[in-house]
Formats: sequence, C-alpha cells, structure tokens
Amino acid sequence: MEETQAHTPEESAEIRAAKAAWQVVKEAFGEAVSELDANPFMPFFEVLDRDRWRDIALFLRDDPALLFNYMACLSGVDYPDEEKLGIVCNLESLGKHGHRIAVKVKCEREGGAIPSVAKVWKTAEWHEREAFDMYGMSFSGHPDLRRILCPEDWEGYPLRKDYEVQETYHGIKVPN
Amino acid sequence: MNTGLLLPNSFPFVMSTSLNAWSDALSDLYLLGLPLGLVIIAAIPLVFIALYALTYGVYGERKISAFMQDRLGPMEVGKWGILQTLADILKLLQKEDIVNKSADKFLFVIGPGVLFVGSFLAFAVLPFGPAFIGADLNVGLFYAIGIVALEVVGILAAGWGSNNKWALYGAIRSVAQIVSYEIPAAIAILCGAMMAGTLSMQQFNLLQEGPYGFVHFYLFQNPIAWLPFIIYFIASLAETNRAPFDIPEAESELVAGYFTEYTGMKFAVIFLAEYGSMFMVSAIISIVFLGGWNSPLPNIGSVALNDWTSGPVWGAFWIIMKGFFFIFIQMWLRWTLPRLRVDQLMHLCWKVLTPFAFVAFVLVAVWEIYVK
Amino acid sequence: MQELGTSEHSSLRVTPQGKDRVLIEKDLSSEEMVLNMGPQHPSTHGVLRLECKTDGEVVIEAEPYLGYLHRCFEKYAEKVDYPAVVPFVDRMDYLASMNNDLAYCITVEKLLDIEIPRRVEFIRVLVSELNRIASHLVAIGTYAIDLGAFTPFLFCFRDREHILGLLEWASGARMLYNYILIGGVAEDLPEGFMERTREFVTYFRPKAVELQKLLTENEIFVKRTKGVGMMPADVAINYGWSGPMLRGSGVDWDLRKIDGYSVYPELDFKVCLPDGKLSDIGDSLSRHLVRAMEMEESLSIIEQCLDMMPREDGFNPRAAIPKRIRPKAGEVYGRAENPRGELGFYIQSDGKSTSPLRCKARSSCFVNLSAMKELSMGQLIPDLVAIIGSIDIVLGEVDR
Repeated sequence: MEETQAHTPEESAEIRAAKAAWQVVKEAFGEAVSELDANPFMPFFEVLDRDRWRDIALFLRDDPALLFNYMACLSGVDYPDEEKLGIVCNLESLGKHGHRIAVKVKCEREGGAIPSVAKVWKTAEWHEREAFDMYGMSFSGHPDLRRILCPEDWEGYPLRKDYEVQETYHGIKVPN
Repeated sequence: MNTGLLLPNSFPFVMSTSLNAWSDALSDLYLLGLPLGLVIIAAIPLVFIALYALTYGVYGERKISAFMQDRLGPMEVGKWGILQTLADILKLLQKEDIVNKSADKFLFVIGPGVLFVGSFLAFAVLPFGPAFIGADLNVGLFYAIGIVALEVVGILAAGWGSNNKWALYGAIRSVAQIVSYEIPAAIAILCGAMMAGTLSMQQFNLLQEGPYGFVHFYLFQNPIAWLPFIIYFIASLAETNRAPFDIPEAESELVAGYFTEYTGMKFAVIFLAEYGSMFMVSAIISIVFLGGWNSPLPNIGSVALNDWTSGPVWGAFWIIMKGFFFIFIQMWLRWTLPRLRVDQLMHLCWKVLTPFAFVAFVLVAVWEIYVK
Repeated sequence: MQELGTSEHSSLRVTPQGKDRVLIEKDLSSEEMVLNMGPQHPSTHGVLRLECKTDGEVVIEAEPYLGYLHRCFEKYAEKVDYPAVVPFVDRMDYLASMNNDLAYCITVEKLLDIEIPRRVEFIRVLVSELNRIASHLVAIGTYAIDLGAFTPFLFCFRDREHILGLLEWASGARMLYNYILIGGVAEDLPEGFMERTREFVTYFRPKAVELQKLLTENEIFVKRTKGVGMMPADVAINYGWSGPMLRGSGVDWDLRKIDGYSVYPELDFKVCLPDGKLSDIGDSLSRHLVRAMEMEESLSIIEQCLDMMPREDGFNPRAAIPKRIRPKAGEVYGRAENPRGELGFYIQSDGKSTSPLRCKARSSCFVNLSAMKELSMGQLIPDLVAIIGSIDIVLGEVDR
C-alpha cells in the first residue's frame, strides 16, 4: 500500500497544476476550449475551435504562467463513433513550472485538416507527419507533409479503424 | 666518421661472400636463350612480398589486433589459424569478378594494376642485404619516392572508373592526401640524404656501417635527426593511408573508399599493394635513419656482436626486422587511434609537418656544414 | 565584359578582343551532388537513409528518410491483448529491451492501478540499469567505430557480453527478454545472480576507466567531437530531445528524478551533466560524456539495488499479475527514462476490450533524429557521421 499512498497526493498535485494551467487558457480563449477532464491519469482539455489551435499552442508555449515548452508526444487518434479523427498532445513545462497537460484537437474523418504546430514545437513536425501517414488527416501549414513510415505510394491509412489492407503492393502480395 | 672511406667501387669488400657469387652465377643462367636466372632474381622480392603480405601483413595484423582487443583472432583454419590467409585467398580467387555496368571499364581494370605496379616497382631499389639489391641506382631514393607516387594515378583511376560517389570521394581524398604528404616526407628524407651525401640506397647502408652498431645510424649521429625521422614516419602513415590517416578508405564514412566496387582478385591486388607500400615506407625509414641491413648490435670488446650478426643473410634479416618493427607500430597506431577529419589532416600536413620539415632541413644542413 | 546565355549551372563570358574578335570563356560548371547515405551504410546505425546534398566534402542539407524497419508496432498493439504487447515492445529499441518493457508496463499499471511487490520493483530497476549500461556500451562503442577507433568498440562489446550473460541467466534470452511483465516479472532472479552482478560491478569499474583513457581522453577523439553538432538547450527542448541528448545540452532533466517511478526515489544517484571543461556544452562530445558518466551512475544504482533488495523465500514474482488484464476506460501517457531518452506510451482503453484501443509509442530516437536536418546543415561528411553517432539512434525504435 505504500506505493499507492505515495502516489496519490502527487497525482492530485499534478491535477491541481493542470487545472490552474487550464484556467489560464480558458480565460484567454473562452469558448474555444472545452472544460478540463480532470481524470487521474492524464488531465486533458479539447480545443473546440480548431482554427485557433495554433494561437492556443503559441499561448501555451509562451505565456509566462504556462510555458509549456516541451511537447512530449503527439498521437493521432481515430474516433469512429464521432466520425472524427484527432490528435492528442502531451505538453510539459520542462525546467520551468514542471506542470503537464494534454490537449486534444479533432477534425472531420474525411478531408479534415488541423492547423500544424510544427513551427511552435519542432517535435510536432515529424509526429504530425506520422499522424498524417497513419490516419490521413491533413495539417494545414505543415512545412513538409509527406508520409514518413509507410512508402510514399501506400494506399490507405493503416491505423484507421476501418482500414482494409491493400491486396498487392507493386505486384507483391501483402500479408494480412 | 670513417665511413667516408667506403667508396662504391670498394663494395663488396667484406661481404662479397658466397651468396653474392651464387647470385652472380644465377644471373648467368640462360635457358633456351632466355635470361631465366635474372627472372628468378627479380622474382625473389616479389615472392618475399607475397609471403610477407600473407603471413605478417594479413595474418599478423589480425593476430596483433586480436591481441590488442582482448580476443583470439582467427583460430579455425590450421593450428592457431595460421592457414587462415590461404583460406581467404582461396575465397577471393573464387569470388566473382564484378565490373559494374556503368563503370569506365578501362580505368576500372587498370586502376589496381597501376596501384600494384607503382607499389612494387619501388622494391627494385630496395637493398635486402649487402649482396642483394635489384638495381643499385645512384638516385635510388629519389626513384623510390617518385615511383611510389605513381600509386596516386591508380587510386584516381580506380575511384573515377568505379562510377560510385563513395569511391570518387575516397579517390579525391586519397590523391589530396598523398600529394600533400609527399612534401614533408620528401623534405624529411632529404635531411637524410644531406647527412649521407648520396641518393643511392646501398650507399646509405654502407655509410651507416661500423663496429658499434646502432651508434653509426644516422638517427644517433645527428642530434636533430629525430625530427625528420618523426616527420617522415607520420607522413608515411598518411602516404600509405593507414590510421589515423585512413580517411580515403574510412569505412564508417565512405563505405570503403576508392575500392568500394572491387571484388575478388582485384580487391586482393589492392590489398597487396597497400601492404607492399607499408613495407616500402618502413624499409625506407629504416634505411635512411636506422642503418638498413646493418646490425644494430655493437661490438663490446671481445664480444663482437656486430661482426657475428653481419653478413648477407643477417643483412636481409635486419632490414626485414626493422621493416616489420615499423609495420608493427603502424598496426599498433591503427588499432588505437580514431581517425582524423579531412581538414584536420590537411592542417597537420601544411601547417605543422611542412614547416617543421623545413626547420629540420635547415638545422640538419647547419649541423652538417658547420658543426660536424 | 558582358554575360551571355547563362544557363542554370554554367555561364558564357564574352570578352571583346580587339576589333572583330571576341573571347568566349565558359566557366567550369559546378553543381551540388546528391549523395545517398544509407539505408545500407556502415555508420547510419541501421537502415536510416540520409539524402545529402553535398558540395565537395560539405553537406549542404541532409534529409532523413525513415521507415525501412517499420514493423507496424502500433497496429499490432491494437490487435493483441495487453500482455502480448510486451514482446513487440522488446523489439523496438532492441538494445534496451528491459527499459522498453519497464516503460510499457508502468504505463499499463497506471491504468490498472495495481500494487507491485517491492522485490519486483527492485528486480526491475536492477535489470533495467544493467541493460542501460549494455546499451550505453553499444552507443559508445559504435560511436568510436564511427570515428575510426576500432578497439574501444570491441572492448565495449566484451564488457557488454557479461551483462548479456547475466540478463540471459535471469530471463532466458540474450536480447529480447520479455522479462518484465505487467504486474510483475517473469521469473525471480536465479540463485547466485546477485553475487555475480556484484562481481560484474567490481570487474567493470576499472574497465570503464580504461575505456575513458583509451577513447574519451584521446586527443583525436576530442578534436573530432568537440564543438561538432552544437545544440543549444532551448532548441533541444523545442525539438523534444530527452535523455542523454538533452542532458548533453546542459538541461538537468532525468525522468528517474522528475517522475520518480518505481523505486528510483529511494535510490541515491545524480543526474549526469557535462561540466564544460572537456567539451563545449551541447556538442557531440558532451553527449558522449553524459553516456560515459551515466554508466558509472548505473553501477552505483545497481549496487544500491543489490543492498536494498528484500529477500523472500518462495517469492512468487507473478503474484500481482492480474488474471485478466482489462483496464478501466481512459487514456494515459506513461513514460520512463530509457538509455536513449524518454520512451513514452500513450494508451487508450475503452474499458471493454483486453487490447488497447490505441497504443502510441513516443520513441526517443524518432524525436532525437528529427533534429538531424538542422544539425547537418553545412557540416563536413565526417562531422555528419560524428553527429549521427552522437544521436545514438536505434532504427528499431525510430521506425517501430
């Protein structure tokens, strides 16, 4: 039991910090961001107005109260129930405040585009390419949006839930 | 120095022994009107080089590196793996000789040949002992330096003819490196030539002969001689593309440099040429500074170590041992040091070695003229 | 003098020579050469391909191309259940499989909220730190070989062999261990393992000093790496660098301290940072130095683990493993300090299935490598090799 007891107050401190950070964003952007989902694992909020995502990203990075200078991860996600694709960004204020938060941005499943934050966090450049490669959402304003892991002429987006693997690739049978 | 008494004509006065007579007899041997004896004599250095490259060059390097790296090295073929090189040669002979489609076929084929010939022509003037020298040219040293430079042509032909970007990089680097390093090397060797007053390889040996063995060597005859000695040794590493100056064939950068595209025997020939050059520079440095085939052991009173260890066979033994010693140092450096960068290499050549070589040149000249 | 007929790469210069003669000179045309480095190249550490635009020895631009080792980890992870992901995780950074397992398992355990026996925690830290030393030995050894020094490489592999032997003894495999499981470890440590580990620590300490003398203090090595591939701290953070790369830029950031997962908070170790005496902070040499220092720290962590590890007779390391692993619905981002930096897993669970809905691996090498393009601009080809080596990529993790 020592382990869990040791963890509980720390996690709640993490959530408190995330709440405070979200408060700052909420005050600045109002309706563009959703409420904070203060779950114990990964507190996150969603960007509702995705056109403002890049402004929010810049604000998150540069506001003296936030200083989320480090993007730990950017994951593409498929939401088949909502007919949407999205990204989840795990941000952290490295060496400054030490707080963490996750941000979600969603777009339409077909032909959707999310503003690129590759210029805000350079980490995002390759991660956005990967999300594009695997899910097919576009990132507007990305400097070099190409497939990164799959071959350039691969059909379909492999990590979508409705992905059907192509039968042959350059005459080679693709194992299923 | 009493060695001034030894004129070329008075040679061979002590050691014109049975071996010399034997070789004279051999050179007169004609078979069906062909000078077979001369061919045999000419083949001796080649046989030596082939044997040396097989045994010491390849097997020795592998065993020495294994020893330095805390491992066993080849152990499977024969006792202690001594037949490993033969197995390698068999493998190389069986390998397909690939000439890639878009290569410049003429240059591609001629490259290793020029490299090999350039490396082995120098052996003509190498005195293997008081009684054996292929051609005692009066400009032997000059010839040796000049003819080794022919390798550059072979390297460039190989690198350009391969039609491979890595090979081209390797060739260009190699040419730049060898041509640059010939300057400090030649000046350092000139210091030796100044001390001797001759360019004949055999004369160098005769001039460094004496009852006190190593005391008569030029390295110990002149207080400044260590400077050209070290300069020449460093430059010779670069000339033979050995570590830490192996940037033309830097395997981590250029895959294999100018011989990236070579397979089978062509590859083996390039390899053989490299080991040939290694021995050649080692022999030159030991002839110019360390007495060549002279025994380094001194006569101490009645214990005439020097006399006991002199003679035609001993001469061959000493020069080969001295050569092997320097090859061992080359191997030692190779398995210890990382590789320099291209610009650092050129910096070392033009801004460090060349000025110091000139300084050594002047100092040796001053010593030879005014002090000695 | 006037210029006529300029094409893209060459120009004709026409100079009047007297009354009715002109001299036409054609400049030697020069153009950039595209040089493909990899995917089969000795110093790209696997199947990375760099498309370099070169001007002589100078690399104007190098564009990395990935995916040659893409094995669809994320797709597989969605198809199999949670414990079955572990062998796939092993194969990501195949030089540090234990650390990968640890990162994945603590992430899933966060979702499951289960209690791990103390001895299991110590075993995990012990094997992870052993694996960290093994991984750094490969990193340092291959870096040496990139710079042309062959012997340090073999010294590193000789010492790594002892660690592989130990880990093989514990797990049964030499490289891909599948040892750390969700909720426990596969087997208890074998009898005599701790004594052997202690022997290894006493054996390895002088060997690390020897390695330092042979490589780190070598004049040529310092000349080749000092000031090469400079990365200022703020840019490094913006690129998302982590681990020894980020510490090489002088940022005091170690997830073992920051997150304090497993039993690391109880252990006494320091975060290794370059002091700037031998190297310029942020260059390739700093990163190398951080790795060399971390091996020392790992040795001290191993010793502490051996001292502090609780001994139990008849200990069952699988006791806490749940019968059926089906986490509550939710999302989690868990991470651990790998030898190459922050290895994170973003796992999404729907609460119904026994396999993750989404399992994204945040690979440290992938992120570290993304700075390659910027680092390589205007460098010499040998420096490019030195930079790739200092990033210490494992293509298995870059491509997943």
